[in-house]
Amino acid sequence: MSPPRSPEGHGLHWFRQLTGQDGIVPGTVATVRVADAPLRQESARFIAVVPDASNRFVRARHGEVGLDEAWALAQQVRATLAADRGKRPRAIVALVDVASQAYGRSEELLGIHLACAAAADAYASARLAGHPVIALLVGKAMSGAFLAHGYQANRILALDSPAVLVHAMSKEAAARVTRRPIEALQELGERIVPMAYDVRAFAKLGLLYRLIEGVQAQAPDAGELERVRGELADAIADTRAGPRDLSHRWRSEAPRGLRAASIAVRRRLTEQWELP
Amino acid sequence: MSIVLRDSFIEMPARERARAILDADTFRELLGPFERMKSPWLPLQGVVAQADDGVVVARGRLAGKPAVVAAIEGAYQGGSIGEVSGAKIAGVLELALRDCERGAPVRPVLLLETGGVRLQEANLGLAAIAEIHAAIVALRAHVPVVGVIAGLVGCFGGMSLTAALCSRLIVTRQARLGMNGPEVIEQEAGIAELDSTDAALVWSLMGGEQRYATGLADVLVEDDAGMIAAQVRAAFDSVAASRTEQVERFVKRLASIDPIQPPEPAQLRALWPREAPR
Repeated sequence: MSPPRSPEGHGLHWFRQLTGQDGIVPGTVATVRVADAPLRQESARFIAVVPDASNRFVRARHGEVGLDEAWALAQQVRATLAADRGKRPRAIVALVDVASQAYGRSEELLGIHLACAAAADAYASARLAGHPVIALLVGKAMSGAFLAHGYQANRILALDSPAVLVHAMSKEAAARVTRRPIEALQELGERIVPMAYDVRAFAKLGLLYRLIEGVQAQAPDAGELERVRGELADAIADTRAGPRDLSHRWRSEAPRGLRAASIAVRRRLTEQWELP
Repeated sequence: MSIVLRDSFIEMPARERARAILDADTFRELLGPFERMKSPWLPLQGVVAQADDGVVVARGRLAGKPAVVAAIEGAYQGGSIGEVSGAKIAGVLELALRDCERGAPVRPVLLLETGGVRLQEANLGLAAIAEIHAAIVALRAHVPVVGVIAGLVGCFGGMSLTAALCSRLIVTRQARLGMNGPEVIEQEAGIAELDSTDAALVWSLMGGEQRYATGLADVLVEDDAGMIAAQVRAAFDSVAASRTEQVERFVKRLASIDPIQPPEPAQLRALWPREAPR
């Protein structure tokens, strides 16, 4: 059972809580919200993708990352890069609650793959330019939408909440495509960890920097908000002290168990790269 | 009488494709099938794991220069990306980056033939694809990253983003490039949105020729191993910005579209013509 969901989704809710703003940017689609807000000693740029029931693309009205959303993400992240050139690169926090990429005929024709790639490119380029890029999972982090918004982050944090789900395909779609009942997928996820949807299983894969426990995804109180801000600030400080690539995802302690093959492949490739 | 013999690239399995791209006699496979680096997840689900997990990675030379090729085997599990196959691609790109940073450039080539994430390894496939994206963006600062989609599987899911991130993308008429496979769109949005069995419609939307005509691929080439290999070599002479960096240009193109009355594929070719060579 998924928990009740406010119409605006967790992304906007958390965006408002953490920034105190609505984040609508003139000239940009209403589904991509951007605002700066303080985190400990510095100002961070928060970005969220939110639902819009009147989105001009009908397949992107429920919090999906569609064509306009992905290009707007690319634009907004690149604008941050440009604004900070020659200065200390500011932290970028992606608040993630994205149900999926938009599925549709127009989306394919108009190149949604390119739009999502442009968003991923912008986040990766920001990370490589020294911007600490942090993803905070507050709801769904699904498939291509997560690749476009969050998965290029230096550090991924998540609320330990049943509202937070991570997967390559939504449960409903996976059930239809594989012709399995949802319960069977559930059971499979309990046996095969990378098949699970819940964030506690995802945490076991070693891809998360922090699983934040004891915080309500729907209605965080003031103390809980402060704790989340503290975790974000810690992640930013840790990022500034480390490399700009994603190597911690397979070099940290956690992945040694369940991501052992990812590590073994890299070790053996390195050994064989040069002729003996 | 003249007979033009073509050497079909599409019909080649991944290992032959990699061999055909690299300079003659320079192919050296890394982590080959005899090392049996297999998926740890498929046997748990009753699926036989192949010894190379469906990806061939090989070092060699291109026009005499050090190179690395990652070729996906479309015939194995739909070319899907699992933990091991994904780590092989990400791993060689990361090593190419390391060499580039040391001042010894390596030319990376991706032969893409994939449905995207392997659903049996879901989150680990998705994670590997994010790492492939990260490596391509980092590598592109040093050397072009060249992608080829020949067919017949095409290139879908998270790996369609991989294709889009390449500095140069080479396609055949038989190729398809799309984020969501036609079957998934039909499942999710209904048959009125897209009839996945209508091959002509599917190719008109996401086929290689359409992608080339609307500027979403750089080179349209015949299904011939020699011609594709020649185009791969030529692609490394390109210095243009990659498509995903040209945000304002594509935002402008998209703003001109009315989603209530979306263009037909043929109309889009007129609205979004190819520009002069990038």
